[in-house]
Amino acid sequence: MSWAGPEDIFLSTSLASYLDKKLLVLLRDGRKLLGILRSFDQFANAVLEGACERVIVGDLYCDIPLGLYVIRGENVVLIGELDLEREELPPHMVRVSAAEIKRAQKAERDATDLKGSMRKRMEFLDLD
Amino acid sequence: MLFFSYFKDLVGREVTVELKNDLAIRGTLHSVDQYLNIKLENTKVVDQDKYPHMLSVRNCFIRGSVVRYVQLPPDGVDVELLHDATRREARGG
Repeated sequence: MSWAGPEDIFLSTSLASYLDKKLLVLLRDGRKLLGILRSFDQFANAVLEGACERVIVGDLYCDIPLGLYVIRGENVVLIGELDLEREELPPHMVRVSAAEIKRAQKAERDATDLKGSMRKRMEFLDLD
Repeated sequence: MLFFSYFKDLVGREVTVELKNDLAIRGTLHSVDQYLNIKLENTKVVDQDKYPHMLSVRNCFIRGSVVRYVQLPPDGVDVELLHDATRREARGG
């Protein structure tokens, strides 16, 4: 990211044009953070104010409030500007409580683990 | 610097950026920098159903280090030109 002057901020790759906007930050571990960008640098280190994590499991989702987050740049995959005119999520998705999404997350994890262990046990069959 | 200059010439074209996490995003190339960080406009995720959280993202910044491929318009690649530039750069400019 070059340190662009104010006149070409909107032409450059600088995150300056995203300052004070509500953004979606995708992290390398798949987490999705939402918040207002207050600061950044050339490594894409970023400060999000009023951050929350959006947990999505199937058609359920939940925004878990986190507060002020300083994100190390190497973990950033993508920073997206949210179009306030558009719906953030498809209409069929249902907002649930934090407790409920944690339960759904655990169920999904258990299902994946089970699938993994079943596969392992069947490996001697040489399926592929 | 070669690929930086190369991508700079592609600004304004439609590209598809495939990330290391398999997310593929199509959009107009808005800008690139020396790390090959990319800004896209009018983005559309290729497999939208799999990534519902990307629905309202129109413009985005992608960190260069997470990019796997950039799919270019076929007429955006001039191999001859790249080949020449590579040799020139190898000779020290």
